Amino acid sequence: MDWRWDFTFDTVMPRILPGLWVTIEVTFLSFALSLFLGLFLMIAKRSKIRALSLIAGEFIEFMRGMPLLVVIFFLFFMLPEVDIFLAPFWTGVLAMGIYNAAPAAEIMRGGLQAVPKGQWEAAHVLNYSTFRTWRHIILPQAIGPVVPGLGNLLILAFKETPLLSFVAVPEMLDAAKRITSETYRFTEPLTVVGILFLILSLGSALLIRLVERHMLREYHHAK
Amino acid sequence: MTRSPIAILVPLAFMAGLYFAVFSPVSQFLPALLKGLTVTVSVAVPSILFTYVISIAAGLGRLSTVLPLRWLSAVYIEVFRGVSLLVILFWLYFVLPEFGLTLSAYTAAFLGISLNAGAYGAEIVRGAVQAVPRGQFEACVTLNLTLWHKYGRIILPQALVIAVPAMTNMTIELLKGTALVSAVTLVDLTAAGVRQNQLTYQTVEIFSALALVYFCLAQVIRVSGTQLEQVFNRHLGAQ
Amino acid sequence: MQNEKIRFEGVTKRYGSLVVLDQLNLSIAEGEVVTIIGPSGSGKTTVLRCLMTLESIEDGLIYIDGEPLNKMERGGQMVPASTAHLRKMRQKLGMVFQSFNLFPHLTVLQNCAEPPVMAMGVGRNEARERAIDLLNMVGMGDKQNHYPAQLSGGQQQRVAIARTLAMQPEILVFDEPTSALDPETIEEVTSVIRSLAVKHSYTILMVTHQIDFAHDISDRICFFDKGRIVEQGPPTSVIDAPVEPRTQQFLRKVAQAR
Repeated sequence: MDWRWDFTFDTVMPRILPGLWVTIEVTFLSFALSLFLGLFLMIAKRSKIRALSLIAGEFIEFMRGMPLLVVIFFLFFMLPEVDIFLAPFWTGVLAMGIYNAAPAAEIMRGGLQAVPKGQWEAAHVLNYSTFRTWRHIILPQAIGPVVPGLGNLLILAFKETPLLSFVAVPEMLDAAKRITSETYRFTEPLTVVGILFLILSLGSALLIRLVERHMLREYHHAK
Repeated sequence: MTRSPIAILVPLAFMAGLYFAVFSPVSQFLPALLKGLTVTVSVAVPSILFTYVISIAAGLGRLSTVLPLRWLSAVYIEVFRGVSLLVILFWLYFVLPEFGLTLSAYTAAFLGISLNAGAYGAEIVRGAVQAVPRGQFEACVTLNLTLWHKYGRIILPQALVIAVPAMTNMTIELLKGTALVSAVTLVDLTAAGVRQNQLTYQTVEIFSALALVYFCLAQVIRVSGTQLEQVFNRHLGAQ
Repeated sequence: MQNEKIRFEGVTKRYGSLVVLDQLNLSIAEGEVVTIIGPSGSGKTTVLRCLMTLESIEDGLIYIDGEPLNKMERGGQMVPASTAHLRKMRQKLGMVFQSFNLFPHLTVLQNCAEPPVMAMGVGRNEARERAIDLLNMVGMGDKQNHYPAQLSGGQQQRVAIARTLAMQPEILVFDEPTSALDPETIEEVTSVIRSLAVKHSYTILMVTHQIDFAHDISDRICFFDKGRIVEQGPPTSVIDAPVEPRTQQFLRKVAQAR
């Protein structure tokens, strides 16, 4: 093996770090979209209108069996055919946003289900308005179990971003691939990308654990 | 979420219908997709089996009282969970030869997928073992069972029952992961679909077929998981 | 005094700064039935768990048949016992838990027949026959092929007793064997234990909250409080005529509760 430090620092790092920024952007933008879509999916699935809840349920089920790469390619090829021209970056955000909406909906639904039925009944008996019930009774209790789940989903999304290199979104892996095709050196770019992923996902997992512990403590104080 | 076998049979029958209806546009791309499907399955099935082996080994290793074993398992789990599958695949196929180990495309795909899924599986097994009541471990001590019998006969059989639902989900994720093997030059279902799309431009038809096939495969896994769970639960009596 | 079977010598157990057992000394003769009573949190169960090596101890020695349990001699020094030593010593011990701890994925018969095969290398047929005998003895012969979840608490506890006996221990340890039972099934378990205490030569160490039952079967009662033995002696003195104020207070409370 020959590892060249000068190559690593002079060529690889300067080109991969901008890719890191794109990776982070895609992660957060698509995650925001997932939360937004997931909220609607969840409300639809909980809806009393049977058709709506059935469709939402089947959609969630369907998306869970579908590889992200298929979603990405589908949008990438399909959107231009219906005269929507998006930059690969936004196609990627859209694909990941839709893909992760289903698990986001399930996590949020799980949080709501964890709130005992008696809490709804108590709010009803106290004559709380719908808004007050949600704002003061339901959401504060539902948020506890939801945070770690969504945190893990965020980390999963982060680890999914390299798939966008298939459609040339200039994220980290794409940058590494470009370097390898120009220099025919694989070791440094791919190893650097691997290590960056490792550091960032371990770091964010740690962060989420801290937030979780903090929230748990608050919850116990509240009790 | 229980689903009757009909949930698989109907789409499968539909697929067969598509296949035999050698009419018009579909016949252009379907043979290529089916060829891709065989690649997907031939990567997925051995990977699933190997993943289960790794999951149990690393999951138990993580709980071992032997420190080096515990650390080794922990490092393995954190590394292979922390890095994207796609990056792992690239690394195994393109970087490992630099260290003098050249893997075939198939081996790289098989190893990358199993090692990645096995890291998630190990955490599932660890959690499941920890969910076995403490009293079961204590009974093993007082009955003087050896480590081998304690885990092989008493703890693991109970832990695996607990692990089935999470393992089912993990297996579906593994299946979806096989869509990435085109990174190491294999032409699986997804790669075949993309190629055919570039040849025939029947985007909607091709991707619907892809989605349908993946959905069927995922249903097969899900239904097997549910069946397995029911068999176990019946065994454990009226709890 | 008959042969000494078990001896606790200055045994101390701490959880952090909490002292659970405080320099415990206790000697039990072969064939003797000793019952520990006392308020909850007094360390009664810990005594049993230390004896069963389910808990480590910070200080002191436990002897079984004069041989140290938690330590062993190597090169003229006492070192912490190896796994092999613990396994050898544990062969003499059998424990019945408050929560039965039967193996839920094995049938009643398998629960009793498999551990001897696995741990002692007993032949399958021999283990099976002995298990059937023992199950008949505890009145569970007709439930051999049931799974534990299909049985009542009292039935599960009787199976657990048979499973313990199948390992051919010399010392039986009962940790609140009736505490997890419905009141109407307590009797079926206590009668099994009573017959073990009376008809067989087992050395028995038990923790229970059932004072009358303890009175019936015990040769000696130890009243435990705050990690120490406050008072001990035959049931006729400790239960019927306690000397220590704390014992009197405890027994009064128990009597009121009934």
